[in-house]
Formats: sequence, structure tokens, C-alpha cells
Amino acid sequence: MSASAAIEVRDVSKRFRIWREKPTSLKQRLLAGRSRAEDFWALRDVTFDVPSGSSFGLIGHNGSGKTTLLKVIAGILRPTTGSVRQRGRLAALLELGAGFHPELTGRENVYLNASFLGMSRRETDRVYDDIVGFAELEGFMETAVKFYSSGMLVRLGFAVAVHVDPDVLLVDEVLAVGDEAFQARCIERVQRFQREGRTIVLVTHALDQVRQLCDLAVMLDHGRVRAAGAPDDVVRDMRMAILRQDLAFAHEEGSKEVEIDSAALLVGDDPLGGPLAPGDVLTIQVDLRANEPVDDPVVSFALHDAANRFVVGGDTASSGVPLGRLEGKRRVRFHVGPLPFVAGRYWVTIGVHSRDNRHAYHVQDQRYAFSVESAEGGREQVFVPVRAEVSDP
Amino acid sequence: MRTRVRELASYREILWNLVRKELKVKYTASVLGAVWSLLNPVVFLAVFSFVVVVLGSGIDHYPVFLLAGLLPWNLLNASLSNGSQSVIANANLVKKVYFPREILPLATVGVALVDFVLQSSVLLVFLLASGYGFVLATIWLYPLAIAALLVVTTAVTLLVAAMNVRYRDVQHLLGLGLLVWFWLTPIVYPGRLAQETLASVRVGGASAWHLYLLNPMTTIVSGFQRALYHSADAGEVLPDFTTGTLGALLTAVTVIGLAALWGTWRLYFAMSGDFAEEL
Repeated sequence: MSASAAIEVRDVSKRFRIWREKPTSLKQRLLAGRSRAEDFWALRDVTFDVPSGSSFGLIGHNGSGKTTLLKVIAGILRPTTGSVRQRGRLAALLELGAGFHPELTGRENVYLNASFLGMSRRETDRVYDDIVGFAELEGFMETAVKFYSSGMLVRLGFAVAVHVDPDVLLVDEVLAVGDEAFQARCIERVQRFQREGRTIVLVTHALDQVRQLCDLAVMLDHGRVRAAGAPDDVVRDMRMAILRQDLAFAHEEGSKEVEIDSAALLVGDDPLGGPLAPGDVLTIQVDLRANEPVDDPVVSFALHDAANRFVVGGDTASSGVPLGRLEGKRRVRFHVGPLPFVAGRYWVTIGVHSRDNRHAYHVQDQRYAFSVESAEGGREQVFVPVRAEVSDP
Repeated sequence: MRTRVRELASYREILWNLVRKELKVKYTASVLGAVWSLLNPVVFLAVFSFVVVVLGSGIDHYPVFLLAGLLPWNLLNASLSNGSQSVIANANLVKKVYFPREILPLATVGVALVDFVLQSSVLLVFLLASGYGFVLATIWLYPLAIAALLVVTTAVTLLVAAMNVRYRDVQHLLGLGLLVWFWLTPIVYPGRLAQETLASVRVGGASAWHLYLLNPMTTIVSGFQRALYHSADAGEVLPDFTTGTLGALLTAVTVIGLAALWGTWRLYFAMSGDFAEEL
């Protein structure tokens, strides 16, 4: 085990048996034989290290195996093959208030729950008053929790969770539910753990959170490691992978009286084949289809860079090309450029909305992407054409 | 196996907490609380003292004889019945938290043990208070019998707890099995009677009495009875073993039980890797 790794995941595979009709009795199992079980590999040959003191993001779409992986690391599931080694005390927050029993008092449940998170009685004694204060439940601790409101229960579970004292903390996305204040407290707490030099493994859907909180990330796709490294790169790969395979993942909204039938990124009249160079002209072509006649819709676009910063945008109204009353199909083209873009990846948002921008007919949020490559390889801050001239004075 | 024991030791706090939780949940919201546990043998003593007066039983101090064997049986019975449900009842924990899964059935044995201690102390107090007393020549069998009982109970509880996750038949089978097992053990009837009746019966070349002795609870219950029951006719009620032989048998049951415990623990550990999926 390398000295700097808090968690070592080596060739981990996890097979689940999928029973069409799960036999839970001996008779069923004998009669069914093996034929009705199907193998499903939730994880396949997963290998990575979580360096000590790092904040590690695990991302992937639904069913990619990230929660399974978290449970394997936590020891809740045993890998079918491969191994997980981990050093230091580990606490897994997969659920708030694990082990809470309605008949027990708040105090008893705190001690019970804390012991499941790896805290001894004495350690819990030390932080008990803090937990009660944090949960704002002074005066209720000797009451059975069956009399608590659901809000009180969540506060108590959360208060215990944030007072655990592990070297390695595993956090599942279930903690990301709750109101904004609650989430802010979660994030504040995670940042404090980071400052204290603890290792954190975070499973989440929120890609921006990964970029904001983590220094390393792994992306799982159908149980395999698809990308690993700096969060920005992994998140970008994640977006690309998702967009290519699963267009439904890209955020879309609108009432769809007018729909974006299709859209394409072109150079001249040709579809984009590879990266653009600074100075190229990009054409965004949008084909509209009106499902019912609509008066004077506006088509707009926006470009964002990989760090999600707005770069440039435009629309048909300000460009002075009104669409008029739209019935049937219409094609709109934006010619963007010559591009003064620096090297990198860019994301295109396309929308159709009413002229006053109050009503969105159809918006496709960052569904299309292109990249720009330059001779400077991305070191430049802005692309400025430079022309050199040699002459005799 | 050594790593399993060490792992278990480092998580013992969860075990104590679960036992404490079960006991609290059992008695919370009841006015008398743990007194109910104590009341159970008191009522038994009272009822059977009365029944014996009315019916006559042929066994001197029948309530003492009965409770000496019934209390250890209750420990086994409660451990197996609750232990078989322990993993399923805590499905939410198993799916969300890591801890050695052995803790769940062990906690039910722990709860049953607390009840056993409470009820036995009622019996022991009764023995002292009623002037029945103890006999030093046999009382040393008592700790031996407790050790054998705990080892056997733990071994079988781990087995049924693990099996019941995969095959829910086990809980139904267990109810019938415990009924048969109860009557195959000399708890309500004298062991001596079984010995005399079965010694002359042969089943496939073996003495039926020897087959009967394969039931570890026969030895364990006989041990408890010999340790506590010393009425004048004890010789005609208890199986014909010297105290020394019974001590040796109890030791043998403990040793074989430990081997079985090693086996069922390994089986439990192997199966527990799938618990989070099977539930």
C-alpha cells in the first residue's frame, strides 16, 4: 500500500444476481435452479487510489455503480473480486440517523447512532452538548423520538453526522437533499473537514459541486472507470459522455409550441469535423418546427467555456432578423466569428422564446459542444491576430 | 478467525448498544418494565406449586426441577426465535452501515442472556428463601452448564440467522423444530424415565438412549437440573450419571459446540457478504 493512499481500490468487480422472481424460499430455489438468475456486473475492474487528505469526487449517471462502489469501500458490500484497503478510521454517511429507534429518547439515539458511525461512548460524551446545541433540541433530548417532527429528526441525525471524527469520510448524495440552508451547512462542514486534512469521498450528481469541492474525481460508466483526474477534466468528459449517449440528460425545458427540431454546428456548410482554430467562423444552425402557429418568436444562443463562464451570446431580435409568424418549419443560422477564442472546450445553449423573453418555448441547455485548438496550446488569455511585417526603414 | 474476533472486539460498543436498545425497547412504555421478566418464573413457581398440590406429580419439588431445565431452554428458544429475525429486522442498518454482521444475532443472544440472569436470580432467591438451598457437591456443574448452553446457543443462532436471510422457510421450520426439540429434551419429564424407556430400544444397531443423548440440550439441561435439584428422589428423576460423568459430558458438549461455533461463524461470515443485497 503506497504511503500516501487513504483508500486503495484494486481491480474491484461486483456482481449482482438479478432474479426475475426472487426465490426467497427453499422450494422456489430448488425448483428454479440457476436458470432464472441473471448476472449483472455493477462494477468491473475498478482501480484507483484516494490520496490521503484529498477530496475525491465519484460521479456517473444513474446506475453507473457509484453508490455500489461507495458501499464496497465502506464494507457494506463485499466485492466479488478484487480488494479495497483503507487506512484510518472510516465513517460512511449513507443515511442520516442510521439505527434511530422511535421508542428511544433523543439522547439514547444519539449514542446509538454515533456508535454506528464509529464513535465510542466517551467520544460521544465529549461532543454530546455540541450535538444537542447544533440540532437546537435542548429540552427534547429525554423525549422518545417518535414524538419528534420529521424536521427535528433530520436535524438530530445531521448533528450527529457532522460531529463524527473520522480520518476518512464517505458521503453519499442522499445528503444533498434538503433545503438550501441545510445544503449550505453540509458544504460548510465538508470544507472544514478539508481544512483539517481529512480524506473525503463524495458521491454526487451535482457536477458543479465536484468542481467546487474536490481536488480529484473519478467518473464511472456502467461500472467501469471512464475518466479519472482533475475534476474539471473529468466533469467535462462526463458531460461529453452523457451528451453523446444520453441526450435526455442535458437540461431541457419549454412549453414546445415551437420546438428545436435539430441543431448543428457547421464550418461554412460542412458539419464540424474536429477542433476549430482561432479565427474560424462557427455557424450555429437551428431548425425549428412550429407545432402551432406562434407570433414572432426569438431564437437565441449562448456559449460557455469549460469553467461555465458566459463567453458570448446573440439572438435573432437584436440581430434584426424577425421571424414573423411561424408556421411549419424554419431554419436559423448564427455566424459567430471570426472566433477570438482561446483553446479549450465550449458549450452551446440554444433557445426559442417569446420576444419579451417571458415565455420559453424550448431551451436546450449546453447540449452541443465544440473545441478550439491553438498553436499556443491554451496559454493565451485571449486570441488576438498578430501580423508581422519586415521592411527597410 | 482471529481477525474476525479482533474485528468483533473493536465493534463491541455497537453490540452493547444494541443489547441495551433491545432491552429498553422491550420494556419501555410498560409500567413494570423489567419486572415482567422477573414475574415470569415467579408465576411459574406459584402455578406449578399449586398444580402439584392438586394433581400430585410423583416428582418431589417439581417446580424447582421444572425451572432448572426451563430457564436454559428459554434462553435457547428466545435466541433462536429472535436471532433468526435479527438480520431481516435490521435490514435498514445492514444496507446503510458497516459493522460486523455477527453483532446482530449475538445481540439477541445477549438479550436472552440478560433475561436468563434475571429469571435465574429469582429461582436462586427462591431456593435460598424457601430453605431448599444448594448442595456444594453438585453446584459446580452450574457454570459448566451455562458455558455449554451459551456456546451451543450461539452456534445455532448464527446458523439460523444466516440461513433465514436467504431462505425464509427457516422461520417456519424453526417453530416446528423448536417444538420437537423441546419434547426431545427432558425438561418437563424426568430424564431418568427417558433413559429407562429408551435404553432397551434399538434403532438401526444403536441404542435409542445414545441417540437421545446426541441432543446437546439433554446434557445441558441435565447439568442444570443436577446442579440445582437435589431432592431425596433426585436419583430416580435425573439420568443415571455420576456428577463427574456429567461434568465430562458438559465439557465435551462445550468443546464440540466450540467447533460447531467456529463452523457456523465462518458460514455466517461468508453469507453475510451478500446480506446487503439479499434484503
